Amino acid sequence: MNTVIFRTLAPFLTALMLLFSVFVLLRGHNEPGGGFIGGLIAASALAIYGIARGIRPVREALWFHPMTIAAFGLLLACIAGLVSIFAAVPFMTGLWIYPGLFGIVVPLSTVMLFDFGVYLVVVGAVTSIALALEREDI
Amino acid sequence: MAAPAASAIDLSKALVLAPPALADWLVILPVAWCLASGAILLMLRKNVRLQPPLAVAALVVLLVLDALLLWRVIDGGPVTMVMGRWLPPFGIAFTVDLAGALFALFSALVALAGGIYAAESIDASGRRYGFYPFLMLLMAGVSGAFLTGDIFNLYVWFEVLLISSFGLLVLGSEPRQIDGAVKYAFLNLIATTLFLIAVGYLYGLFGTLNMADIAAKAGERRGDLPLMTLGVLFVLAFGMKAAAFPVNFWLPASYHTPRIVVSALFAGLLTKVGIYALIRVMVMLFPVEGDELSFVIAAAAAATMIFGALGAIGQSDTRRLLGYLVISGIGVMLAGIAVGGPGGVGGALFYALHSMVVMTALYMATGVAGRLSGAFDLNRAGGLYGRTAFFSALSLVLFLSVSGMPPFSGFWPKVMVAKAAIDIGAWWLAGTVLLTGFLTMIAVGRVWVLAYWRPANIPAAPGEGAPRTSAMLSLSALALVTVLVGLFPDPLLQQVQQAASGLAEPSAYVNSVFPQGAR
Amino acid sequence: MEVPFSLLIGIFFAAAVYLMLSKFLVRILLGVAILGNAVNLLLFTTGRIVREVPPIIPAAFDHQVAVTANPLPQALILTAIVISFSFFAFLLVLSYRAFQDLGTDNANEMRVAEPAADIAPPTGY
Repeated sequence: MNTVIFRTLAPFLTALMLLFSVFVLLRGHNEPGGGFIGGLIAASALAIYGIARGIRPVREALWFHPMTIAAFGLLLACIAGLVSIFAAVPFMTGLWIYPGLFGIVVPLSTVMLFDFGVYLVVVGAVTSIALALEREDI
Repeated sequence: MAAPAASAIDLSKALVLAPPALADWLVILPVAWCLASGAILLMLRKNVRLQPPLAVAALVVLLVLDALLLWRVIDGGPVTMVMGRWLPPFGIAFTVDLAGALFALFSALVALAGGIYAAESIDASGRRYGFYPFLMLLMAGVSGAFLTGDIFNLYVWFEVLLISSFGLLVLGSEPRQIDGAVKYAFLNLIATTLFLIAVGYLYGLFGTLNMADIAAKAGERRGDLPLMTLGVLFVLAFGMKAAAFPVNFWLPASYHTPRIVVSALFAGLLTKVGIYALIRVMVMLFPVEGDELSFVIAAAAAATMIFGALGAIGQSDTRRLLGYLVISGIGVMLAGIAVGGPGGVGGALFYALHSMVVMTALYMATGVAGRLSGAFDLNRAGGLYGRTAFFSALSLVLFLSVSGMPPFSGFWPKVMVAKAAIDIGAWWLAGTVLLTGFLTMIAVGRVWVLAYWRPANIPAAPGEGAPRTSAMLSLSALALVTVLVGLFPDPLLQQVQQAASGLAEPSAYVNSVFPQGAR
Repeated sequence: MEVPFSLLIGIFFAAAVYLMLSKFLVRILLGVAILGNAVNLLLFTTGRIVREVPPIIPAAFDHQVAVTANPLPQALILTAIVISFSFFAFLLVLSYRAFQDLGTDNANEMRVAEPAADIAPPTGY
């Protein structure tokens, strides 16, 4: 696994996969995709980077501990559900806003926030498992 | 996607259009609060000094939320909130009735006591590992299981609490913990898989997962559906979770291995979730099948009681002894379920609440005793009474309470169950309940005589001087609850009887989910 | 399609039970994995098996007209798969740790928590 080709290509592959994971995440609202599968793609991107360069560079690149990322995602998902308390609708009701950005209407919703939370939970949890397994001794 | 145009479809058939009352949010808040505060604690994992105060504050808030919820349920009957505005049975419903609210309140009390006890007994490495986040996630699972009104959602909360309990169980990573965790993990996973099989069949038969919907439909469609198969599956799955006799072996193999506060929380929370689910399904959803299976449940109950108590007598390690007492208590609850009626089921509910408090407190007392005398082994322990009379008195209260002596909280539910059993002519079951109390008395009485009363005859025991403040605080609070409930049982007695009749006749529960009448 | 599926589920359950009756952790682990898949297949089959008919209610109707598979069990399976996947990962690591720490994967030899030579409690004061 330590060939020059793999070590050179891995960062590009990782970047591409991370970008693709965000695409899959955002696509997921009305078409196949979503937070879970996007998170899995992102986690496998980080796993590839870890195989090529070792665990330490991944941890440095992530900046936050994977479990912290997962916890933040859980918090976001919780908040996405609780926002509806202010709109006087039951828990986890999808709420939409349509702000205009440079003349384009950008639909944003609590559903997307929830999905983003799921994405982060999956990225964090799977990455921490993968990094633990990539260490020589478990 | 543009803003949706006003459609001609009548939304009132599919969506909840009336805004929910602010008080209805109490159904969802305990779970959401536990998840959110667990997430925050997980992010602050490295800040070991901030963890205990934050977690205890979060647990106090949880206790307040659950108390408000109970007050709301006593005041206005069952409360429902559906996720995402979808009308039940399509939206997942959180429905809480009196039984669920009582269990949720006592579980929060137990968790708070555990959180306080852990402040001094879980060291920095345990906190960095994530004891408190796991505790909050465990509470999310437990509260979710008590508050949900959807049977698949119940399965999900079972898994949430199971995963958090795995995390707590291996905290410390000693070989004996790994050994206990292997047995605990495999057997509990099989139990939840059985539950999932039952849920799959249930959906195949009824086409719905909402408990109120099932309760309404089971009555009219009984006869052409194989409900007995479902009932047996549920009894087996929940019996395994609750550690009933033939399928209880995971409990004595694992409950004495983790940190003592983790054992205390497990003893107070996990098996009771199994009992709660058994009551919910066999009493509320499938009462006829529950009646038909009552002899099987009664036989399992008697065996669980007797073997649990005998197992406790045969142990020299006090932590393992308590594991068997947990099992023996489960037997009393099963006996109540088997007898049925407001007395039997009410007694089972009451005993579960009592057992939550007392078993947690007993594990904590054992932890303190073990630290003071330097040993959990009855062959070596001794001399506690001479050193700390107050702690010994607290322990004696708990010992008497667990064996069902008046005037403590264990007395009343046993009276209820025994009386209900005699009323339906099941003398042997009532006799077993009383015999179990006697055997339990022998087991805990011997602990008292050997570890407390006997002078410390082995001078080598290197114990510590005085019990910790946090441990004494949570222990005294729990002992106070058992004394107060024992001295003034009336309020709780009325509530559990009302909860039991609400389970047997769930029209209020169904109305709360389907306010316009069932479909 | 339901009949061959139910036979398959039966085979899965039989294999899972057979493997779980073993005393070696690795086999039990494989048994648990197969058991999870058996249950998922069971859920899948309870939702009716129909090919290539999307469960979409046509406009101007308020109920389903074609015979379609029920989509809800498939959503339940998705949840169950995620859960059983995470459990499998945990159990795998746990079994490996158990093998490292206890030096065996034979459940009969795992007697650290419950020693075989247990001392009885004192019978006198």
